[in-house]
Amino acid sequence: MKKENTVIVGLAVLAAVIAAMWLLLAAPALTGNHINMTRGVTPQSESNYDLHMTVLWICVGIGVLVYSTMFTSIVLHRKSRGHKAAQFSHSTRAEIIWTVIPVLILVGMALPATRALIKMEDPSGSDMTVKITGFQWRWKYEYPDQNIEFISSLDAASNAARQLNSGIDPTNVDNYLLNVDHPLVLPVGKKVKFLITAADVIHAWWVPALGWKKDAIPGFVNEAWTYIDEPGIYRGQCAELCGRDHGFMPIVVKAVTQDEFDAWTRRQLAANQEQQAETERQWTRDELMQHGKDVYTSECAGCHQADGKGLKPAFPALAGSKVVNGPLTDQVDIVMNGRAGTAMSAWRQKLSSTDIAAAVTYTRNVFGNHAGDAIQPSAIADIQRRSEPLGTAP
Amino acid sequence: MSDITYTDIEPLHEAHDEHDHKPKGFLNRWLFTTNHKDIGTLYLIFSLLMFLTGGAMAMVIRAELFMPGLQLVEPEFFNQMTTMHALVMVFGAVMPAWVGFANWMIPMMIGAPDMALPRMNNWSFWILPFAFAMLLSTLFMDSGGPAAGWTLYPPLVLQTGDSFAFVVFSVHMMGISSIMGSINIIATITNMRAPGMTLLRMPMFVWTWLITAFLLLAVMPVLAGAVTMLLTDHFFGTNFFNAAGGGDPVMFQHIFWFFGHPEVYIMILPAFGVISEILPTFARKPLFGYSSMVYATASIALLSFIVWAHHMFTVGMPLQGELFFMYATMLISVPTGVKVFNWVSTMWQGEMTFETPMLFAIAFVVLFTMGGFSGLMLAITAADFQYHDTYFVVAHFHYVLVPGAVFALMAATYYWLPKWTGNMYSEKWGKIHFWLSAIFVNVLFFPQHFLGLAGMPRRIPDYSPQFADFNMISSIGGFAFGVTQLIFVGVILHCVFRSKVKASGQVWEGARGLEWTLSSPPPYHSFSTPPVVTHNMVRHPRDTDAAV
Repeated sequence: MKKENTVIVGLAVLAAVIAAMWLLLAAPALTGNHINMTRGVTPQSESNYDLHMTVLWICVGIGVLVYSTMFTSIVLHRKSRGHKAAQFSHSTRAEIIWTVIPVLILVGMALPATRALIKMEDPSGSDMTVKITGFQWRWKYEYPDQNIEFISSLDAASNAARQLNSGIDPTNVDNYLLNVDHPLVLPVGKKVKFLITAADVIHAWWVPALGWKKDAIPGFVNEAWTYIDEPGIYRGQCAELCGRDHGFMPIVVKAVTQDEFDAWTRRQLAANQEQQAETERQWTRDELMQHGKDVYTSECAGCHQADGKGLKPAFPALAGSKVVNGPLTDQVDIVMNGRAGTAMSAWRQKLSSTDIAAAVTYTRNVFGNHAGDAIQPSAIADIQRRSEPLGTAP
Repeated sequence: MSDITYTDIEPLHEAHDEHDHKPKGFLNRWLFTTNHKDIGTLYLIFSLLMFLTGGAMAMVIRAELFMPGLQLVEPEFFNQMTTMHALVMVFGAVMPAWVGFANWMIPMMIGAPDMALPRMNNWSFWILPFAFAMLLSTLFMDSGGPAAGWTLYPPLVLQTGDSFAFVVFSVHMMGISSIMGSINIIATITNMRAPGMTLLRMPMFVWTWLITAFLLLAVMPVLAGAVTMLLTDHFFGTNFFNAAGGGDPVMFQHIFWFFGHPEVYIMILPAFGVISEILPTFARKPLFGYSSMVYATASIALLSFIVWAHHMFTVGMPLQGELFFMYATMLISVPTGVKVFNWVSTMWQGEMTFETPMLFAIAFVVLFTMGGFSGLMLAITAADFQYHDTYFVVAHFHYVLVPGAVFALMAATYYWLPKWTGNMYSEKWGKIHFWLSAIFVNVLFFPQHFLGLAGMPRRIPDYSPQFADFNMISSIGGFAFGVTQLIFVGVILHCVFRSKVKASGQVWEGARGLEWTLSSPPPYHSFSTPPVVTHNMVRHPRDTDAAV
């Protein structure tokens, strides 16, 4: 008798805890960001939040019915209480009822779900377009109408803190792992169409506050859209496993007023021109070496190590490497296009011509390597122009 | 039909009929065995070892996720752990465990002397240790284990080094083992039922396994095809999934999930069967709605072939496709609901006692239903654009697989262990194992719903500090759940080798069915002469039979 009671008390506590946890989720007063889906800042995120809550409440309702019946039965219908087993084994009427009623509930759910989906999948009538390309492990944003493009990577502070046993406390880093060097800037109150693709493997572009995610797939261009109501900074992450640094390619959307957006566009174009001039000019070897050291530290040292000794077996040493001490064009080819079947990816689209030229020049003249030569950013730019971008649809 | 078939095969067994002798010598007994009970034992030991191996990998994952920042492993190794954890648990722990139960129980439940194809049975098992030795050995190779997730999506998976070939061949071997196992089960059930064991008298566990075996036959070759195409893309320059060569990376996902969705039912349908055996036993009451349980299982199996793309709503399908897969997925909740309602009705007005198998069975119904609810939420395509690839999905499928499939496996172990060994397990330690498991599995997985909804993607080794609290709770639950499973191992070892309490043939007061008419432990060769089955010997008399 006593043992049976413990069972009941135990089961009841377990049930109460589980029910409380669901209710915690369902209670509107407690729907903070850290426990429930965000309401977000777009029509899609609003409608998804409403759908989510509707279905959640229906599930809670059905759950309360099923679980309370079960626990009533556990309390009343047990041997220790002297209850004798009934011997009924079916009831056609009951079975029809609990087939038909769920079907009706599902139809009730399917209607709003269908309406929301049809709206969500309609990118027509957009005011501007942004092309998003996923790389291992950064995002490239292109504004074809504004003639702007840039690469967005994990910010330096997060990148330093996220190294294995870095000794840096992530809680002291601003927006740890959710911050980038160059955010995607969008105007509020405009319907923005996104064209989403990838250059190497599949990624997924997701900002919860916008209400959806979409896969970025090499060879495919997916469409999506957004319409942001309020200015603000909205953060997200790549949502499809894309290799070693999948957890380290965040997305930051900075939504600004149209005026601020226009001003940002002008600044961006001016900066582009400056960069263009930098690429065209003749660099001295010292300049290249100095810049190359920075690029190497942030982009290459993760695998090839700061001392150029590599990390066996996957990441070969650059110190004394045949490639780095061989013909310049061979090394440039590997850096630009990657090496199939290894972790070495194609950097052609991920780094500027200046960065590539500097990094190549640097590696050829340190770690005891003495190729002694240098390559100019303009030469890399020529190669970049000649070759088609990878992975985009025809 | 069964009478004739039975007489046909009887002479083959004459040689074994006279005594209860087991083969002499360790190798003869275990390596060359063709006995369904021995092979069942081998499967179960193997799956328990794999369960502990996969669990150890889960511990690595939860340890790294204990707090923000990378403290223990490099991201690449973390990805290998998530990938291997899933492959080992799905193909090494849950599936072989169910085949082990099928081997032990199906012949005893339908009154057959053994499986229909005993030598193939030996081979289906002995392939597995080699397959998993190959798979696990990749962790020690230069290029490391597979790190692209158990779904093996290209192009990412094609970045695996040369060890990839070992992964593909091990999946081939697991597939061959599963296909042979299911052929054997189908042949046994269709041909070797004792006279009077009609289809609609079969125990639910036999029914669910029959349907599961057809699912396996249908989808394992599809998986084999998919991984073979990956193999040739990787090593022989084909472009099945390479967009730059005219291939289609999304096509892999369609093929994979055409296998993958039925696969989740392969893991859960036998669990449905076991629960449908255990609840009536401890409620001392017939299973409610036996025929509708059979039809619901069959409907779930059929529907499982037309819902696969709900795993890939975000790849950019046409609207019509998204709507179709949403509706079809929602529809699955109808037969699943019928099952849950029938289980609750089985308990209703019963005469329940709460031994360990019953506790696990009740926890299964409660917690599997929770996984069902989050599954229904995930079916809503638009909302899935938020849920997809987050910890909400991780919480969902772990609820259906751990307190779902794994709890059902534990319930089945406690239920039949006294029958197999002739000894009672320790009820006290069984209950301790149950309560710790039931509590910590929720501490482990429930907070993951919150993490996913709050925006934490799955398969990341490190996260923003806003996710720290629930990750720490989840990790604590994980460690405790992991340690608790050592109790399970202890209870089994104690029952097999040490327990002094003998089990009767009946074992459980409310148990019914042919397996309980045998002694505990059953003779090495049971039902050498087929029993003639009458309605009062089986758990599930046909509707037209007299009431029990």
